[in-house]
Amino acid sequence: MISDKDVEHVARLARLALTESERARMREQLSAILQYIDKLKAIDVEGVEPTSHAVPLVNVMRDDEPGPCLPQSDALAHAPDRAGEFFRVPRIIED
Amino acid sequence: MKTEAKTEPTRLTIHELVDAYRAGDTTPTAATEAYLARIAAHDEKIGAFLTVTRDEALSEARVSDERYRKGMPRGPLDGVPVALKDVFCTRRVRTTCGSKILSTFVPPYDATVVTRLRDAGAVVLGKTNMDEFAMGSSTEHSAFKPTHNPWDLARVPGGSSGGSAAAVAGDLAAAALGTDTGGSVRQPAAFCGVVGLKPTYGRVSRYGLIAFASSLDQVGPFTRDVQDCALVLEAIAGRDTNDSTSVDEPVPHYAAALTGNVRGLKIGVPKEYFTPGMDTDVERSVRDAIGVLEKLGATTQEISLPMTDYGIAVYYIIAPAEASSNLARYDGVKYGLRTPGARDLIDMMSRTRAAGFGAEVKRRIMLGTYALSAGYYDAYYGRAQKVRTLVRRDFERAFARVDVIVAPTTPGVSFKHGEKEDPIAMYLNDVFTVGGNLAGLPAVSVRCGFSAAGLPVGLQVIGRAFDESRVLRVAHAYEQATSWLDRRPQLR
Repeated sequence: MISDKDVEHVARLARLALTESERARMREQLSAILQYIDKLKAIDVEGVEPTSHAVPLVNVMRDDEPGPCLPQSDALAHAPDRAGEFFRVPRIIED
Repeated sequence: MKTEAKTEPTRLTIHELVDAYRAGDTTPTAATEAYLARIAAHDEKIGAFLTVTRDEALSEARVSDERYRKGMPRGPLDGVPVALKDVFCTRRVRTTCGSKILSTFVPPYDATVVTRLRDAGAVVLGKTNMDEFAMGSSTEHSAFKPTHNPWDLARVPGGSSGGSAAAVAGDLAAAALGTDTGGSVRQPAAFCGVVGLKPTYGRVSRYGLIAFASSLDQVGPFTRDVQDCALVLEAIAGRDTNDSTSVDEPVPHYAAALTGNVRGLKIGVPKEYFTPGMDTDVERSVRDAIGVLEKLGATTQEISLPMTDYGIAVYYIIAPAEASSNLARYDGVKYGLRTPGARDLIDMMSRTRAAGFGAEVKRRIMLGTYALSAGYYDAYYGRAQKVRTLVRRDFERAFARVDVIVAPTTPGVSFKHGEKEDPIAMYLNDVFTVGGNLAGLPAVSVRCGFSAAGLPVGLQVIGRAFDESRVLRVAHAYEQATSWLDRRPQLR
C-alpha cells in the first residue's frame, strides 16, 4: 500500500490539487494497480536491453535551417490571460 | 459486399460510393446531406459526435461535386464523408480531446492525417467522442457524454475511439479515424462490428495527434469493409517531416494486395489468447473463423506468446509514464482552461489541472509520475521497458515460423454502461491488443460473428512490421468468404 505521503508528493510533482477524499481514493486505487503491476518482479530481465521505441530509428535530424513556423498571433490566440506578446501568469514565488 | 442493390448513399462503402459518384448516380453533396440527416436523426441516442461541422462539410462537398462534374476527381476518397476522433487537431474546429481542460480549444493547424484526407477530397462531417485524452476502453470517461453502441444502446462502443467506431457502425459516416495506444481502435472496432486497423508504429504521422503515449500511439481507420480500410490507409500513410517518428517506408497501393489468395499462408494461433473460462461466443466465432481461413488454403499452427499475461502490467506503466510527461503541457498557461483566483503559478496549475482532468486521467498521471519518480524509476519504468523487449521477442520468434497471427481482438463482447467500474477490470479489456502496441506491429480487427445477445465479435490479424498488405489480405479473404456484413444494427 503506497503511503499517504507518497501520494501527496506525487500529486505535487504532477501539479494536481487533490481533495482529501480524492487522495484517499487515489491511494487505494494506485495501490491496487501497483500490486497488479508487481507481477513483473517475477520476470528475469538480466541482460535484457530496454525498448524505448519499437522501430529502430535513431537521431532523426534535419538541417539547422530556419523555416516557416506558427505565427505569434496564432500562438497567443487562446491565451487565458495575455499581456502584449506575453502569456500572463500569477506570480512565481520561491518554494 | 454482396447484397441487393442499395441506393441509399449512407449504406454504401467508400468504394461503392465513389463508384456511384463516377457513374453520376449520386453526388458528394447528396451523400453529405444524407449523412448529416442521419446524424440529426440518430446521434442524440448514439452520442458519437461532439462537434458536427455542417456548413464546412457542405461547402467541401460542393467543391467535390465540381471535380466530379469536370471528370477530375482526386482519387478514391474524393467526396467521401468522414468523421475524426476529437484527438486530432483540426484548424478552426474545436478540438477537446474529450476533456474539460480543452473544451473551448480551437487548434491553429490541421494534423497531418487531416491534411492528407482533405487533400484526397474527403469531406469532414465532424469530431467524435472519446475517452478523455484517449485513456479508456469504453468512452465512458469522456468529460462530455458517453457514446452508445448502435447494436445495443445500453452498451458501450468500446474506447477510447468509441465515437468513431459508433459513427461507422451506425452509418453516421462512411469512415472515421481513431487512435490506438493499447487497443483503442481495434477494441471499439470489435465491439461495434466494424473494421479497425492499427498500423505499424511509424507508418502514419502523429503530427497534430494530441499525444497520450508517444511510443505507442498510432492513427488508424474505422471502415465498413477491408477494401475501404486499404484505401484510407494508403491516403494517410507515409513519412512526414513534421513527425520524426514516422518512417521513410514506401506506401504501397494497399488495395492491390486484396487478392483473396491465402493459399499456403502460415497462420499462428497463440495459445495464451484462448484462456479457460473465456467468453464462449468469442471463442467459437474466432475458432470458426480460423477454420474458414484453413478452408481457403492457409495452414495453421499453435504458437506461444508467453509474455501475454504480462502485457497489461507493462502497458500500464509505460503508457501512464509517457502520458504524465505529455499531459504536463496542460497547465493553464498558454491555452485551455485556467482556474481563476490562484495564489501563485503552482497553485494555478494544480487547481487548473484538478478542475480540468477527469478521474481516469488523474489516476494515470499519478501512476506515471510515481513510476518515473526518483527511487522508483528503475523498479517500474526501467523494468517495464525491459519486459517490453521480451514482448517484442515473443513476436519475433513467432514470425520466424508464421506469416500472420490470428486471435480474438477482445476477451469478451461489449458490456453495459457502468458495468466495469473497477479500473483493473477495465484495463483487462486490452489484454489481446496491447502486445501489438508494445511491439509496434500492424493489427486489424474484423467482424467474425455475433454473441447470443447479438453483439459483434472481432477477429484480430497481427502481422510483421510494415506488412499491412498481408494483414489486410488475410482479413479481406476472410471477409469475402463470409457474409457477416449483411447484418446491420437496428436503429429506430
